Amino acid sequence: MSARWAFLFTLAGLSMAGSACAGSPDGATLATQGNGRGAAPCAACHGADGGGQTASGYPRLAGLPAEYLRKQLEDFASGIRGNAVMQPVATALNADERATLTAYYASLQPPPAAPTTASSSAGPVLADRGRWPQGLPACDQCHGPGGVGVGNSFPPLAAQPASYLANQLRAWQHGTRKNDPLELMRGVAAKLSAADIDAVTAWYAAQSVAAQGVKP
Amino acid sequence: MNRLRFAALASTLCLAACSGAGDLPANIVAAAPSPATSSAKPQATAFTPPPESAIPNDEFGKQIELGRKIFTETAKYAPGYVGNQLNCENCHLDAGRLAGSGPLWGAYSMYPAYRAKNHHVNTFTERLQGCFMYSMNGKAPPADSAEMVALETYAYWMSQGEPVGKELAGRGYPKLAKPVQAPDFARGEQVFKRDCALCHGPDGQGQMAAGKMVFPPLWGPQSFNWGAGMHEVDKAASFIKANMPLGRGNTLTEQDAWDAAYFMNAHERPQDPRYAGNVAQTRAKFHDTPQSLYGVEVNGQVLGQGSAAH
Ligand code: HEC
Ligand code: HEC
Ligand code: HEC
Ligand code: HEC
Repeated sequence: MSARWAFLFTLAGLSMAGSACAGSPDGATLATQGNGRGAAPCAACHGADGGGQTASGYPRLAGLPAEYLRKQLEDFASGIRGNAVMQPVATALNADERATLTAYYASLQPPPAAPTTASSSAGPVLADRGRWPQGLPACDQCHGPGGVGVGNSFPPLAAQPASYLANQLRAWQHGTRKNDPLELMRGVAAKLSAADIDAVTAWYAAQSVAAQGVKP
Repeated sequence: MNRLRFAALASTLCLAACSGAGDLPANIVAAAPSPATSSAKPQATAFTPPPESAIPNDEFGKQIELGRKIFTETAKYAPGYVGNQLNCENCHLDAGRLAGSGPLWGAYSMYPAYRAKNHHVNTFTERLQGCFMYSMNGKAPPADSAEMVALETYAYWMSQGEPVGKELAGRGYPKLAKPVQAPDFARGEQVFKRDCALCHGPDGQGQMAAGKMVFPPLWGPQSFNWGAGMHEVDKAASFIKANMPLGRGNTLTEQDAWDAAYFMNAHERPQDPRYAGNVAQTRAKFHDTPQSLYGVEVNGQVLGQGSAAH
């Protein structure tokens, strides 16, 4: 993996000098080279194919709705989604670059699901049934069948690294991510135990987007 | 002016059901309105249904399981009896188990009961059939059909151990007090845009993903019809207050719930299957209540024209 990193950074460094005088770069170029004004190449962390990196907990961007991605970049920049890594990146992108990059990533094929880790049945139960006596809806009721996502506001959970999903749930619990419309996810996360988070994120990471049909 | 009329009569309480008005005594739910806090539970429950994991693994259990599936994926498991894109569960959350969401265990032991809607004593079977005709805008499955047997088995299993003929806390939707201001279309539209459109769509037509209806339509050709209990503003307001936005029940103010209910029910939906030749007559016969906007003029349109599938 470190070889791939080194390669990407070299690539980015080399072409940044050249791209300064070119017209506005396309999504693929921005993603692999950054914008030369503080936005590091997205591909270095989010993968050459936008598929994310499981080990580091970097999310997939491939196949996510452009509108959702754009909102997240705005929220990182404004700080209502607090994250030390993404805040400077998002802040360094102008509106055109955000539009170009989010359209680009939305158009990429989502990655295959992670292999199923044999775990408890708690994951699918939370995903499909929820825990209503506690007022907790099933995740699929908002994130769609198998977590494929719904429209522009409900992102897919399927085939997203488990570590990333778990980080988000904890971020809501700790109040560092507070960009959810109608406080929907704050309410959900507050009702999840650490064991719930492990089980449900492992389950979604192993769900394939293709098996559930088309992306939203 | 219909608002004035509405206000004058809004206190006429008739807690009714899927298919119409006036069949539950008014005292079945706690009179005190729930406080506007984020408490997830609408009210104390005196009865806890068995968990799904307790469904027995035998022939009886198979019928319970089938009943559950009909309840949660109605068109798929009861094809031929459903005329819209709703499922029973959409209005009776957690597969018909959630207190304050019209749970099946709250209903099961309360039938047979006289219903003002059709002027006779209804069995539980007939009660379920009404839901198919109105809430599901479909056809009543025959009493001895496989679908009815399964649904009744599911409701029976869920209700085991409860007293017969005794109102349980958590039945129906927790009734709201009369609104301070008469429910209003413009205010309701604001509530809808702020608190509902994210899920139910800017036009109230719901949202699908991977071929499934995830957020059900609130009006229009794929929603409940003009004969359904949910078309009455008081019932819709109670449901909305206790259960919407999803997972955030009891966070809206009561006024917001009334206004959102009015706004939702001031839109066209499929015709009442009992349509009596014209809207005025149908209103006089079946919707003579201030809670129904059927036949009422709102924004220059007389409601109740029906909305056909397109
Ligand atoms: C140094 C690594 C790194 C780089 C470079 C990077 N990101 Fe990120 N990105 C992250 C991490 C880590 C997260 C998860 C943040 C969190 O936990 O909230 C993230 C999250 C995101 C998200 C939110 C995804 C979601 O599902 O909500 C978007 C959108 C995003 N990045 C876009 C970009 C774009 C566009 C670029 C390039 C301009 C980029 N990132 C560059 C590490 C990086
Ligand atoms: C009531 C609706 C609702 C329910 C139920 C729900 N979610 Fe969410 N979820 C959302 C919304 C809306 C967002 C997007 C927030 C935003 O715009 O930043 C979201 C985002 C997320 C994210 C962040 C995804 C990303 O790419 O950054 C995770 C992880 C998540 N939800 C997990 C879950 C899990 C696990 C459950 C079930 C235990 C669940 N959600 C149930 C509405 C819901
Ligand atoms: C559009 C919403 C909606 C749908 C869909 C729906 N119902 Fe209902 N149902 C209601 C309303 C409203 C009531 C009346 C509740 C009240 O008066 O408190 C009700 C009442 C009932 C009752 C009687 C409750 C009682 O305590 O007496 C039963 C049983 C019932 N529904 C079963 C079903 C079944 C079975 C289906 C699917 C075939 C279904 N419902 C679909 C809205 C709906
Ligand atoms: C977070 C998403 C979400 C929000 C926001 C939301 N709903 Fe719902 N609503 C749902 C879901 C999902 C169901 C179906 C519940 C089920 O099947 O368990 C539903 C069901 C309903 C129903 C019964 C089914 C039907 O289509 O008639 C009504 C009525 C309703 N909602 C009204 C509202 C109103 C009014 C608001 C705003 C005050 C609102 N909802 C906000 C997700 C939402």
